[in-house]
Amino acid sequence: MSDNDFDVVVVGSGPGGYVAAIRAAQLGLKSAVVEKEHLGGICLNWGCIPTKALLRTADIYNLIKHADTFGIKVEGASVDLKKTVARSRQVAGQLSGGVQHLLKKNKVTVIDGHGKLAGSGKVEISKDGKAVSTVSAKHIILATGARARTIPGLEPDGKLIWTYKEALMPDVMPKKLLVVGSGAIGIEFASFFNALGSDVTVVEVMDRILPVEDAEISAMAEKSFKKQGIKIHKGTTVSDLKKSANSVTATFKDKKDKTSTDMFDRVILAVGIVGNVENIGLEGTRIKVEKTHVLVDEYSRTGEPGVYAIGDLTGPPWLAHKASHEGVICVEKIAGEKDVHPLNTSNIPGCTYCHPQVASVGLTEEAAKSKGYELKVGRFPFIGNGKAIALGEPEGMIKTIFDAKTGEMLGAHMIGAEVTELIQGFGIAKTLETTEIDLMHSVFPHPTLSEMMHESVLDAYGKAIHF
Amino acid sequence: MPITITMPALSPTMTEGTLANWQAKEGDTISSGDVLAEIETDKATMEVEAVDEGTLAKILVPGGTENVAVNTPIAILLEEGEDASALEGYDAGSAPAPEKDNSGDSSKEEDKPKKKSAGDQPKQAKQGVTSEAKGSSGPAPVTKKGDRIFSSPLARRIAANEGLDLKVVKGSGPHGRIIKADVEKAIASGGAKTEVKAPAVTAAPAAATPPPAGDYVEIPLTSMRKTIARRLSEAKQTIPHFYLTIECELENLLAMRKELNARSDAYKISVNDFIIRASALALKQLPEANACWGGDKILQYKDFDISVAVAIEGGLITPVVRNADQKGLASISNEMKELAGKAKAGKLMPEEYQGGCFSISNLGMFGIKEFSAVINPPQAGILAIGAGELRPVVKDGALAMATMMSVTLSCDHRVIDGAMGAELLKYFKGYIEEPLTMML
Repeated sequence: MSDNDFDVVVVGSGPGGYVAAIRAAQLGLKSAVVEKEHLGGICLNWGCIPTKALLRTADIYNLIKHADTFGIKVEGASVDLKKTVARSRQVAGQLSGGVQHLLKKNKVTVIDGHGKLAGSGKVEISKDGKAVSTVSAKHIILATGARARTIPGLEPDGKLIWTYKEALMPDVMPKKLLVVGSGAIGIEFASFFNALGSDVTVVEVMDRILPVEDAEISAMAEKSFKKQGIKIHKGTTVSDLKKSANSVTATFKDKKDKTSTDMFDRVILAVGIVGNVENIGLEGTRIKVEKTHVLVDEYSRTGEPGVYAIGDLTGPPWLAHKASHEGVICVEKIAGEKDVHPLNTSNIPGCTYCHPQVASVGLTEEAAKSKGYELKVGRFPFIGNGKAIALGEPEGMIKTIFDAKTGEMLGAHMIGAEVTELIQGFGIAKTLETTEIDLMHSVFPHPTLSEMMHESVLDAYGKAIHF
Repeated sequence: MPITITMPALSPTMTEGTLANWQAKEGDTISSGDVLAEIETDKATMEVEAVDEGTLAKILVPGGTENVAVNTPIAILLEEGEDASALEGYDAGSAPAPEKDNSGDSSKEEDKPKKKSAGDQPKQAKQGVTSEAKGSSGPAPVTKKGDRIFSSPLARRIAANEGLDLKVVKGSGPHGRIIKADVEKAIASGGAKTEVKAPAVTAAPAAATPPPAGDYVEIPLTSMRKTIARRLSEAKQTIPHFYLTIECELENLLAMRKELNARSDAYKISVNDFIIRASALALKQLPEANACWGGDKILQYKDFDISVAVAIEGGLITPVVRNADQKGLASISNEMKELAGKAKAGKLMPEEYQGGCFSISNLGMFGIKEFSAVINPPQAGILAIGAGELRPVVKDGALAMATMMSVTLSCDHRVIDGAMGAELLKYFKGYIEEPLTMML
């Protein structure tokens, strides 16, 4: 096997790609990963991680503002935006370096450049648009990810109209900020900039914010955000963004086609995701693309033998942990491992790190009903939990949804402090196919927020103790 | 003394299996709970765990061997302190092995003291305690994971709701764990239907008022008895039975039988063999009756498979003569003899007794004149055969003697109406009384 000859070549080193490459190497496959920009991909460099670093600043600032409640006198606290952004970049840089170290430790070859399919078992590497080499591989895994969707007429310019990338490195704190789209990305930025003092407006085309979440959670989140000063326009589209030297005039159109305008000094576009299917050599292959996403089977195989696709490139849910899992499953299947099972997407938790946090796994109540299930629904509020009160976080709820017939946990939905750290408990429960009985029999430690998970399950069956 | 490891029974009905592979090698030190080998049956692969500690001295049956009978010695374990010399003169074949019932746990613990002197008493006691602590989980010295069916709580709940026996489900989850998808697949393919449906009949009906204490001895239920109780309670409670009786003259059939049997020693056709074929042909003539109730539809069978009740020790079982409409009397006869032999020896494989479209129960050999049988669910009909006996009959307006046989058809009224049942019996009687037509 020559230096340019691999068992597995992964195109893209995001959380799907680098994990797939490491797992392949662990299984004794000679593997390489092709990356054109930063190891770790969007997640690590421009997504999950740097936003969490920013939101940490927002959380601490929030706490300091309420320090008096906890008996601490703080005067003259202010946010240093430059330092906040620098810390976020440092965190991303540190983790990207960590990925580099992991790849090296596992003897994965890192190829710098843009990777593109170039005939059966071949990947062409180019730099600055020029082909520099070709590598061959028995198995090629496409993990090129996705990018922010743009809407004609609302193109970002990187100065006044931002996507996530500019929003992560603001040079100034926008006084008045418009966020278009209320999914996880839009809401996290809205939450961050609002906490740091911006006057934030969120526009959502659907009739509720965080549209993929359970309707009750959306409603609670909206109430909380409004209380914090965020303005929210639901059922509204942005029909025009008119730029002037230092501001943008946005035209809104509501469901009744009534228009209104408002002026902002910055706009963040967060209106969805499209797959990076261009310029990766799909043309002329048997790989099928639908709505900017590559079609794959349950083991990530595309229509082209020996070519696989994982992660955001293959469609929703656009989550790093989904990509990593698909990468591992894909590679283990390639290596002929026993006991490889397809990913069950209904067991993938999703988290939004706004304040209050939102986390969920499985079906919403509405989706469960439309599937014809007879439901048992439990709810438990943070106000009934000792730890939540002690933390000074009495706002939030944990909702659980069961199939009345079998006791299957169909979904769990949470809003409130630290729920992004709680949801995995129900993720395990769902993956192990526990029923309400097993959850009721589980002992949750006191005093913790997790007790609310127990109480919510108990409530679904009319047995809650503390509320 | 060396410990013989025998082929375990992974289910009460298992008589043989494939020793798929050895996880332990000769010379390996074995601790209690180590996985020694994997055993495959038609349903699942299960791991054999060590109960005793020691060194795996010798593998007697190599990995990949098929059809290894239950209780066959498959390996020898040396206890701590023993060396290979202990193997000399040790005959694994004569080593203690469970006599018959593999589900009992008594083999080693009981046999050992027998072969040991009284001086070994403390060891014996220790063994007893160990045995008790482990509970009765399979034959010593190996235990089997088959005792515990690995399944998710949700899979168990759905199976219980639908009356599905998890033993018949193949797991597709991690390490063969049965998950929701497996149970749903099994239910979709009718797994639950042939088993008990309603939870109400899961438990066999308890006696309303037990007799006063001391007036009886308690006989624990075997799994066969439980199955009979459950299935037939279900049949009698849920299937609207009705009964049709007809008399058939056997003179022609007996003459033909005598003639056929005189021609060769390769077969010995019984009256029952004629009845099996006649039933299949009658059903073929009236395919609407070759069907079962499907809840919201009627399922009409494509084959003509006849289940034949065979009395065996502790109960009965119904091996199936498949495609009896396409088989000659001699092959039906030989097949039936083989199935009955296997049934009596407890060696029927599931595919030999599961399924079937229609049943025959024959009590003629006990001198029973006529009786009504309980339908064998999910089938829709069973034919109860009485004894062939000389009876006075009216022939051509005069009293005469003829060998007659009464048969009673039990029908599921949801599938077979009175007239249809009568028509079926008419065709059956035609074949029995004119057996030459069976040759067409």
